Amino acid sequence: MAPDAPDTPSSLPHRHLLDLSAYSAGDIRLILDTAREFRSVLDRPIKKVPTLQGTTVANMFFEPSTRTKLSFGLAAGRLSAETISFSKSGSSVKKGETLRDTAENILAMKCDMVVIRHSSPGAPHYLSRVTDAVLVNAGDGAHAHPTQALLDVLTMSEHIDTFKGLHVSIIGDITHSRVARSNIQALTTLGAEVTVCGPRTMIPPGIEHLGVHVTHRLEDALDRSDIVMALRIQLERQDEGLFPSLREYHDRFGIMGDHMDEHPDLLVMHPGPVNRGVELAHDVVDHERAIILSQVTNGVAVRMAVLYLLAPGRSAGLDA
Amino acid sequence: MEPDDRIKAQLMAERDLGRTLDRMAQQILELTDPDADNAADAFALVGMQTRGVHLARRLAARIREGDDVDLPVGVLDVTMYRDDVRLRLNQPQIRETHIPVDLTGRHVVLVDDVVYTGRTARAALDALMDLGRPASIRFLVIVDRGHRELPISTDIVGRRVPTLPGEEVRVRVREVDDREGVWLVETPRPRGDDADSA
Repeated sequence: MAPDAPDTPSSLPHRHLLDLSAYSAGDIRLILDTAREFRSVLDRPIKKVPTLQGTTVANMFFEPSTRTKLSFGLAAGRLSAETISFSKSGSSVKKGETLRDTAENILAMKCDMVVIRHSSPGAPHYLSRVTDAVLVNAGDGAHAHPTQALLDVLTMSEHIDTFKGLHVSIIGDITHSRVARSNIQALTTLGAEVTVCGPRTMIPPGIEHLGVHVTHRLEDALDRSDIVMALRIQLERQDEGLFPSLREYHDRFGIMGDHMDEHPDLLVMHPGPVNRGVELAHDVVDHERAIILSQVTNGVAVRMAVLYLLAPGRSAGLDA
Repeated sequence: MEPDDRIKAQLMAERDLGRTLDRMAQQILELTDPDADNAADAFALVGMQTRGVHLARRLAARIREGDDVDLPVGVLDVTMYRDDVRLRLNQPQIRETHIPVDLTGRHVVLVDDVVYTGRTARAALDALMDLGRPASIRFLVIVDRGHRELPISTDIVGRRVPTLPGEEVRVRVREVDDREGVWLVETPRPRGDDADSA
């Protein structure tokens, strides 16, 4: 991707990554540029660099996660940072410890950075106010998942020249999706047009205020899109009556092989894990224009970039 | 120059820098076996970001014009390998690393503008080792200003300049600067062995 503008800063003017609302287009471009260099490290025989030796990263996952947790762990390891991992099951959270006490205890182990996944929106913001550590949000409720959005725009940038005029549609349960919200922030900041599409029960009223178009017809969304991002249908929400059945959802909002034939330049993304035959038909998941696995590789590179750019200096406390 | 530099002396004019590069290109050719006809396969120049890259490209161009040998030129950014990354308040920006050939078994000439403490060169050696196993690494600089803090030596040197603390040497090249040449300056800011100020 050609640089869109020369105003990329040389360092991030932020202490945390809680969501992307305070991040400018220049900040995002700096993260993407840095991630591209780490991406080339990941393609080398020796995939580890000594950059963050001596930094300790706590991965605190209060909610189940496979790929995000692995991705952050791998990113920290590739940078030679030390990691401690924490998950809700089998921890003292089950014994009734509060979030703050859990965090204080982890910080008493002298962690510099905390990566947190939590079911409550705002949990990372809360911790950023009550602890000294640098906070990276790995997903908080339906609020934000900034590193997912960053890896998505990095993946897009490998296939396009500029975000100006790019049209991206996000299909699925927008109401419950932190991935959708963070992607809307990243994409609109970079100058792309965004359409959200799904059943009326899954589109929050007033979402137009985020600067997106709304449609309830998949064909409308696909007609105007360069890239379509299908969100995972959370099977556990089926009881809430948001849609009649998985089959009906697939018939009306699933992306099929025929759609790929009708839109010969369309790229398909998905934050994973995919429900095959629900959001995407089988042959779409394996389609050459489905760029889902490069999203996964880029996830490690983006998280390396975020950890590197936000890592606190050892002397920061003295100089501040 | 940096905004608060006070120029004390010009060490090389544009013409002097050109002659220095002519001489260095000859010295690189002397390293290659004059009878060997595969120097382009056995050698590589690696320029360190930012100005070392432009200097390496110019050396390669001179060697190509003079002796019809097309040496590959790599670009190296050592930020990921620096020992002071976390001592700084803001993380330095990571720039491109691109080595177009496999370095394993090759003789590498590492090119930088100035050597000072040797810490940047140390980082470059570690970075090169992670990229392959070169047959040898030689170190070329336009100016060696002394004050080494690590056991790093130079193999091809444009000029040795004894300097005082508080002084810096600025190599400026047309590709990225508004002027060309080498200057000795006095600067109020204590700076480390940096690609831009050494």
